[in-house]
Amino acid sequence: MSVNVLPRISSPEELESLRRDILSRRDPNRPLITVCGGTGCQTYGGSDVYQAFVQEVKKQGLEAGVGVKATGCHGFCERGVLVIIFPQDILYQRVKVEDVPEVVAETIVKGNIIDRLLYVDPATKKRHTKELDVPFYARQHRLLLEGNTRIDPTSIEDYLAIGGYAALPKALFHMKPEQIIDEVKRSGLRGRGGGGFPTGQKWQSTRKAHGDIKYVICNCDEGDPGAFMDRSLMEGNPHSALEGMIIGAFAIGSHLGYVYIRHEYPMAVENVTTAIKQAEELGLLGDNILGSGFNFRITVVRGGGAFVCGESTALMASLEGKVGEPRAKYVHTSEKGLYDRPSNLNNVETWANVPQIILKGADWFNKIGTKGSKGTKIFSLVGKVNNTGLIEVPMGMTLREIVYGIGGGIRGGKKFKAVQTGGPSGGFIPESLLDLPVDFDELTRVGSMMGSGAMIVTDENTCMVDMARYFVSFLQEESCGKCLPCREGLKRMLQILTDITKGNGRDEDIQLLERIADTLQDTSLCALGSTAANPVLTTIRYFRDEYEAHIKEKRCPAGVCKDLITYSIIDEKCPGCGLCVEPCPTKAIKFVAKRKPVILDQKLCIKCGTCYDLCKMKAIAVK
Amino acid sequence: MKKTVNLTIDGRNVEAEEGKTVLEVARDNGIDIPTLCYNEELEPYGACRLCIVEVSKNKRTRLVTSCLYPVEEGLVVKTNTEKVVANRKMLMELLLARCQGVKVIEDMARNIGVDKPSFKPEYLEREECILCGLCTRACAEVVGTSAISLVNRGVNREVAAPFLGTADDCIGCGSCVYICPTQCIKMEDTGDTRTIVNWKATFKMQKCKKCGKNFAPEKQLEYIRKKLNLPQGFFDVCPDCR
Repeated sequence: MSVNVLPRISSPEELESLRRDILSRRDPNRPLITVCGGTGCQTYGGSDVYQAFVQEVKKQGLEAGVGVKATGCHGFCERGVLVIIFPQDILYQRVKVEDVPEVVAETIVKGNIIDRLLYVDPATKKRHTKELDVPFYARQHRLLLEGNTRIDPTSIEDYLAIGGYAALPKALFHMKPEQIIDEVKRSGLRGRGGGGFPTGQKWQSTRKAHGDIKYVICNCDEGDPGAFMDRSLMEGNPHSALEGMIIGAFAIGSHLGYVYIRHEYPMAVENVTTAIKQAEELGLLGDNILGSGFNFRITVVRGGGAFVCGESTALMASLEGKVGEPRAKYVHTSEKGLYDRPSNLNNVETWANVPQIILKGADWFNKIGTKGSKGTKIFSLVGKVNNTGLIEVPMGMTLREIVYGIGGGIRGGKKFKAVQTGGPSGGFIPESLLDLPVDFDELTRVGSMMGSGAMIVTDENTCMVDMARYFVSFLQEESCGKCLPCREGLKRMLQILTDITKGNGRDEDIQLLERIADTLQDTSLCALGSTAANPVLTTIRYFRDEYEAHIKEKRCPAGVCKDLITYSIIDEKCPGCGLCVEPCPTKAIKFVAKRKPVILDQKLCIKCGTCYDLCKMKAIAVK
Repeated sequence: MKKTVNLTIDGRNVEAEEGKTVLEVARDNGIDIPTLCYNEELEPYGACRLCIVEVSKNKRTRLVTSCLYPVEEGLVVKTNTEKVVANRKMLMELLLARCQGVKVIEDMARNIGVDKPSFKPEYLEREECILCGLCTRACAEVVGTSAISLVNRGVNREVAAPFLGTADDCIGCGSCVYICPTQCIKMEDTGDTRTIVNWKATFKMQKCKKCGKNFAPEKQLEYIRKKLNLPQGFFDVCPDCR
């Protein structure tokens, strides 16, 4: 928490002098404990661990010499609560409140490493002390997320200390707006929100558009299930996105910006609101920024939770206080956007990339990544993978490297089946394409998309028809309902898919699904509709046999679809331990005697799979 | 003088005023494109998607909704390609599945070449409203009252009065009834009362002081009188007797 009231600064020199002053007050060798306060670690009790550290440091009389910080998401959610001890960079994982006194007494005071809290690589059995040696982090390239592990997001001093707001004076005083746009264009940066539109080109169109009043908008309406990239940036390092917005606004010629942010992200709302206030007080936002004569203000607007409001035109309608419905973009929003004025919308991650591009140059940035996709991309890696979390990798890393190298492979030693990229309307990519380099164009080529960067890994126990049904069900609920193909098409697709999973599919259903999907792609008003068929089309493309098994043989090969499966006890394997008897919610399993197999009453069984998951003897069969 | 642009529609060279939409220009030139949510008195909305056409420019060909797409110099428009027709048929099937027994939809489907939807009979619905938004737009843009609107999203979307109750701002003009392509908005005039059933709104009718006919809702006449700044008693007699 920033306690010093910083003076308003009115020139780049004063900013640098302030930065020097902040750094001079900080001893790089002073022990610093950072506790991850990201979404995942919060659920493991991150706040309590942070408080415990504060108390313990106080109790041992170390406040003067030891710093404690709650930061944004570090990324390795699977192993939370994550704690890093600087300056040695020691990573402690699965830290609990009970561990705190020992960490302070042993590691902080005596410099001893606590082996128990280190990460052990299950593959090599090797214990890693430093954060960057852990395979999950070692293979990443964290241009944007690195700040999250180091700074208190509510402290502008912390952002300044890691070199924040250094790109801003460079842009304002040493570059013309056209030069900034040219730099962003040459960097090859493409929109991280889903569409992958070249950012510099968008800025240029908005700059060139007629009109005195222009807007810049930051889209933080991340609504994909399982996605928390933008949330983590906004919670963990809000100034990075704000700095990008100020630079963008200067380049475009805008004096008013909006951050549109999900109401369901309270900490992100709080942190970005605090950050704006701090930047205003310091003279980095508002009138005459750093004495440059450039004025720019940012307003935070909270979204009401409709998935479709992440779509740019729907978002702008919502900003205007109207119903969040998309409109056709034949006239681009760069010409007629918010209030019919030229508007430039980018998502959080795109904005956060800007300061580094300006500071280090386009040539530095475009060396990272592939021919058509430059830089890094943040993904939320979730599902049936060992190391779930938030990762940032250079564009072009293969799916295999992500799933196995960083993700540590599939949980429980099971077989990989598919990975869905790009959120609910992304496609499923099968094992045969695991060596696909992940970039905008390659993902589109195989029928999926980059989307905002959600990555959901599925294993052999996932039914692909059921997965398609699940996502279509999500999308039909979240469709705004304005245009016919999306509203009616998704409704019919859901009926057909539900019937297939119940064993009521017809031979012609696959073809019918494909026909509806084509019309969704071709005729929907916005990208929600035109991409909504991806889960269906890719599962048909890569897992057609599963559809056919459901339709022709009334069989669910993955053993998921309840109407098509039965559970039974394999008598030879069942030791009669009775472990499954009590947890069975319908009391369908009867205990007979020790060493006698239990009996399953099919009439009572609701096929919930509880017994199957519990039985260590693999004595439950599902067919 | 407005600037003009040259384009081709179905192989014909046509000249058009800049700013017009492909649909307007096609219709100006006697080329018909089916529509359901379009009305020339209202802002185009692009909800029914039936007016899709294929446009090509700079080697890029794509499907667009002609009611929204502005004409451009050199644009090549095709209104009936295989792709357009296939999509239009599926759109019609989707509409038919929603609106079983709605004559306008069934006739239109037949014209486009669709007899019945390919869906299972148990999926079919007998919904009359196609959610084209003509009524809500007429109410907002022409009448200026916004007494009704589209509420909820996705499959739960419907046209309704505020909070699904009575349309308090409705003036009983009947524009919504008049513009509805499927005639699913019901209006009843009995004696000196008008009821718009869908919006749960009833109105007392103004009686003509000459012929004694109940000619329009008092609320509507008062709305017009105030809007046009007409004197008190202006609507005491009906237009026929004036």
